[in-house]
Amino acid sequence: MKLRLRIWRQSGADAKGRMVSYELDDVSEDASFLEMLDVLNERLIAEGEDPVAFDHDCREGICGACSLVIDGQPHGPQAATTTCQLHMRQFKDGDSIDVEPWRAGAFPVIKDLVVDRSAFDRIIQAGGYISAPTGTAPDAHAVPIPKQDADAAFSAAACIGCGACVAACPNGSGMLFMAAKMAHLGLVPQGQPERSTRVLGMVAAHDDAGFGGCTNVGECAAACPKEIGLDVIGQLNRDFRKAAIRAA
Amino acid sequence: MSTDLQSRTAARSAKRAPKPTGPWRSNIGLKIAMAVSGVLLVLFIIAHMAGNLHVFEGREEMNAYAHGLRTLGEPLLPHESALWVLRIGLIAAAAVHIWSAVVLTRRSLAARPVRYHSRKPAKGESRHAVATMRWGAAVLVLFLAWHLLDLTFRTVNPVKDVPDAYGAVVATFSPERWPVTVFYLLALVALGFHLRHGVWSAVQTIAGPDTKWRKRTQAVALAVALVVVVGFAIVPLSVTFGLVE
Repeated sequence: MKLRLRIWRQSGADAKGRMVSYELDDVSEDASFLEMLDVLNERLIAEGEDPVAFDHDCREGICGACSLVIDGQPHGPQAATTTCQLHMRQFKDGDSIDVEPWRAGAFPVIKDLVVDRSAFDRIIQAGGYISAPTGTAPDAHAVPIPKQDADAAFSAAACIGCGACVAACPNGSGMLFMAAKMAHLGLVPQGQPERSTRVLGMVAAHDDAGFGGCTNVGECAAACPKEIGLDVIGQLNRDFRKAAIRAA
Repeated sequence: MSTDLQSRTAARSAKRAPKPTGPWRSNIGLKIAMAVSGVLLVLFIIAHMAGNLHVFEGREEMNAYAHGLRTLGEPLLPHESALWVLRIGLIAAAAVHIWSAVVLTRRSLAARPVRYHSRKPAKGESRHAVATMRWGAAVLVLFLAWHLLDLTFRTVNPVKDVPDAYGAVVATFSPERWPVTVFYLLALVALGFHLRHGVWSAVQTIAGPDTKWRKRTQAVALAVALVVVVGFAIVPLSVTFGLVE
C-alpha cells in the first residue's frame, strides 16, 4: 500500500520542530506501525539522512515504551492497542497519516517523536510504592484479599505508564496514570498504612510536574491501551478528599 | 504542508502557571471547591426554575411569590434579611465556582504549551463537554449580566415597578422583543450542556463513585439538565406565543 506520512521532526530539545512529509510506496499491511517506521528509517539512513527517532522496546504491548500520536489519537485509531501492536491493515491505501509526539509541558520533546516521561517517575517516587520489611517471602494466602478487590487491583496494575492518558487529555492531566498506580496499592491490605501520605505526595508531585487538572471528560480512558477506567479516578478523588481533610 | 512551530519546551519553566501549595490549592483541591460551589448553584437553579412556574397561576400569585421572597422569615427577621443571606451565599458560591474554573483553566492551558496538528473528535464519556463547558460558561456569565439588568434591577426592562414581577416577565418576552427570548433560550442550551456534564462531574469529584454509580449519576445529570432547560424555557415561550399575557 502507498502512504503519505507527515512526521514531527525536531533535532533536539531546544530545536525548532516541524511536520515533514514522506512518501512510502510499498508498505505491507502485515507490518506493525513501528515496523513501517523501521522501513522508512532504513531508507533515510541509506539516503544519508537522519532517521526518525521514536521510543520502542518490547514490541509486545506490555512495556509502555512506545508512544506516538497517530492522526490525533494516542497509539492510533484502534482501541486498547499500543502503537507497536497497531498494524498497517488498519489504514487504507493512499492514506495520509500524521505522526506527532505526546504533547504536554511535563513531557518535553527530546528528539523527533521521543519525549522525556521522567515526570511519571517523580510521581511514583512521591508515594507510588509500599514500604515493606524484606525477608522470606510470606505465604501467598497469609493475607486474605477478597477476589473482587484482587481483580480490581490487578486491572489497575495493568497500567504500563505509557502516558497516552496525558497525550489524549485536553488538559494534559496525568490523573488516570496516577489514579491507576494508587488504585492497585489502595485496594490491597499492603497499601493501607501509606494510603494518606501516598495520595497527598503523588498529587503534589503531579501538579508540580506541570500536568493539568482533571475535567472528567474521559478522553484518557478512551485512549488507554490497557482500558483503565474512570472509576480509578473516582477512588483517587475519594482518597484525596479524606486525606486532605485529615491533613487540614 | 509543513508548519514551523517553535518548540516551547525550553521556555517551559518560565511559562508555567503559579505552583500550587497545600492540598486545597492542588488541581483536585480546586476541583472540589468547584464541585461543592456548583452543587449549591444547581440547588439554586432548581429552586429558581420551580419558582418561575408561579407565572402560570397569574399576576397576583406570581407577584405574591416575589413579595414572599422579600418577606421571607418575617416577622422573626427584618425585611429582606433572609433574602440577603441567600443572595450573599449565592454570590459567594458563584465567585468560588468562577475563580476555581479560571485557575484550573489557566493551568490546563499551561500543561499543553504546544498543540497537536491533527485532532480527532472526542471519544470519551463526556464528548460534548470538551467543546461546551468553557465556552458555555462564558455565554452564561454574559447572560447573567443581562438577566440581572433585565429582571432584577429592571434597567433594561420596560416595567420599572419592582413588585410587578409578572408584568416584567410578560414585557421582556413580548413577541416584538424576540431577540431577548432567543438569547434566553441560547443561554438555556449552554446551561443544559453545562449541567449535563457538571452534575455528574461534581459527584465524580466529591464522592468518586464506582463504574455502576458513575453511569447512574450520568443519567441523573441528563435528567436534571432536561428538567431545568424545559422548566425554564416554557416561561418565555408561553409569553412569546401568547399563552401568558
